Amino acid sequence: MGKTLAEKILGGHVGHDVSAGEIVIANVDLCLFQDGTGPLAVRQIEKLGVKKLANPDRVVFFLDHSAPSSRKEISNDHMFLREFAKKTGARVSEVGKGICHVVINEQYVNPGEILIGADSHTCTGGALGCFATGMGSTDVAIGMAFGKSWFRVPETFKVYVTGKFPLGVFPKDLILHLIGLIGADGATYKSLEFCGPTIEAMDMASRFTLSNMAVEAGAKVGLIESDQTTRRYLESRGRGDKWIPLKADADAAYERVIEIDVSKLTPVISYPHTVDNTHTIDEAAGIKINQVFLGTCTNSRIEDWEVVARMVKGKKIAPDIRFVAVPGSLDVMKEAMDKGYYQTLVEFGAIMVAPGCGPCVGIHAGVPGDGEVCLTTQNRNFQGRMGNPDASIYLGSPAVIAASAIEGVIADPRKYSKELKMVGKTQIVDTESLKAMAHSAQKSVEKLAVDTAAVIGPKAREASDTMERISRKAAAEYGPKIRKAAEDFEKNLGRLAADVSRSVKAALKSRSKKTPASKPAAKKTANKTAAKPGGKTVKKTVVKAAKKKAAKKKSTTKRSGKR
Amino acid sequence: MILKGSVYKTGENINTDVIMPGRWCHLTDDKELAKHCMEDLDIDFHKKIKVGDIIVADDNFGCGSSREVAPLSIKAVGISAVVAKSFARIFYRNAINIGLPIFESPECADATEAGDRLEIDMFGGKIKNITKGKDFAFAPFPPFMKTIIDKGGLKGWVLEKLGKA
Repeated sequence: MGKTLAEKILGGHVGHDVSAGEIVIANVDLCLFQDGTGPLAVRQIEKLGVKKLANPDRVVFFLDHSAPSSRKEISNDHMFLREFAKKTGARVSEVGKGICHVVINEQYVNPGEILIGADSHTCTGGALGCFATGMGSTDVAIGMAFGKSWFRVPETFKVYVTGKFPLGVFPKDLILHLIGLIGADGATYKSLEFCGPTIEAMDMASRFTLSNMAVEAGAKVGLIESDQTTRRYLESRGRGDKWIPLKADADAAYERVIEIDVSKLTPVISYPHTVDNTHTIDEAAGIKINQVFLGTCTNSRIEDWEVVARMVKGKKIAPDIRFVAVPGSLDVMKEAMDKGYYQTLVEFGAIMVAPGCGPCVGIHAGVPGDGEVCLTTQNRNFQGRMGNPDASIYLGSPAVIAASAIEGVIADPRKYSKELKMVGKTQIVDTESLKAMAHSAQKSVEKLAVDTAAVIGPKAREASDTMERISRKAAAEYGPKIRKAAEDFEKNLGRLAADVSRSVKAALKSRSKKTPASKPAAKKTANKTAAKPGGKTVKKTVVKAAKKKAAKKKSTTKRSGKR
Repeated sequence: MILKGSVYKTGENINTDVIMPGRWCHLTDDKELAKHCMEDLDIDFHKKIKVGDIIVADDNFGCGSSREVAPLSIKAVGISAVVAKSFARIFYRNAINIGLPIFESPECADATEAGDRLEIDMFGGKIKNITKGKDFAFAPFPPFMKTIIDKGGLKGWVLEKLGKA
């Protein structure tokens, strides 16, 4: 018989095959605590006299549930945890670094491992193919001290997901729909295994949202296979070497198979005070709200921020609505700043809170008033969850809270199709943005030109002055020489011309002596005469005689030609 | 061991946020924890409970947050046991780890009303509703869990394993 993901991971840690129902004691790879559950855990192992931790490098205390601290007792707890970590070598994720379930997956969790955490949403790590499960302080304290914990190998529900999400419908809607379908205790003690083509095509952020809420159906873990998407995510986080492929066997035994086609889903809203109290957006649309909250380990990643930023860009929050926005981690916050989402939300009217759990746990940063309604991306809507039992909490996707913040009532995000189509696109193509970009580019170029002129101008002037100086100096120095050379050349040229003329004359003279062959003596005489004054006349005579001879010859040729 | 007390009845999905609200999770003193136990559901809960009383609940008792102060506060207020149709997983582990007796019995939960007197024979596997004159069985603990219960919780079990008990 084949194995489920849960059986494979637990079996891998005990060195032999295990099956659902067995109780095993297994080594744990990673322990998580937060500021609410950590202090009790530390007191428990101190009572046991434990001074050394099995694997301190893999124990992390997250200061996130009340961070920055809302009261002196919690500040003292923070100090207590820092002190303990210092003594034992355990890690601390400081105030402002983010939510345990966001940060631990960014920085620590690997496929095939076992993570136990003193927080129920530890199951988020199942998205990376890690057997990640929540326990109480004492259980995780024992795990931290001795590196082991006991597990009952869970039966598995296979959640087989097909179809393409319609525009405006998200993985959050899928998980709320599933919990509505099976109930808040529908998967108690079980492992949920999310699989099928839709899961295979999902990015890691979407997978985290699904695994995160497994516990809201009572499940122990929410596992997803480790595939190429997992590998790429780990590589992007500098842990590519930690990737291993992990897949359930085709003939694994499942207690139940649930099939969901997401192409048929519409946005889902959970009404107070249980997560399985799900309704369609059509039923919920129009409910008046006082506060919206973007954040928590369910929906505080950069992909969630993008959806909201695209939808609210250039718009203003509805009157009398408070919008609390809390990035899941410092990395998410920095990326939101780099991509302009942070500024977009601020301009829209959001209230920015430091990375952490924010108002989800009902301690600080947005406790609703009596009778108020809060619409939030978190995972729980229990009575009093946000700190006031007389307030109501509705759950929805980031897109739902964005549409609702714009309209002031619970609203359908699907009508924002133009904005939603932009999600995941790297280029902003709306004309207003382009105009703004062009304007800013022009301004930059102008500024650059002015700056450049300011820097280059004086140097250019200096260079030009130097050039002028050099050429003037050169002119003064070389001018007379060049002039003299030119004069010399001219003189030489005159002499040469005279020589040439003489040679020509000489040549002509010798030719004219040879031409009249019948009267050589007469010519010789004439020539001799020409050597004396009156030579010019002689020369003319010779020329005339030559011309006559030529003319005679010409007329002869003409005549013969006519004939 | 026999546990005896009057019944405080609650519904389904009693989550750890209503048992011990987040704003009081930093408390460590038993008396303080007791004062705030269940306050978002019933502000006078701690005044109504007499030592030994028993909570009887519907399905999924203790769902939600993993906070161990939830079962600790129930114990601190004087409750001797919780009987429910079913328990959420983390709460179940926590209760056993800290030594709060819990029992799964859908029949008892259905038939019992607020104020009834119950008598639970922990190791005999029986719950007697004295008021109604009815007996109910409860699901036996898996042997491994029973070992932990016998040692008074996970710490006791670990101490014995370490040879320090």
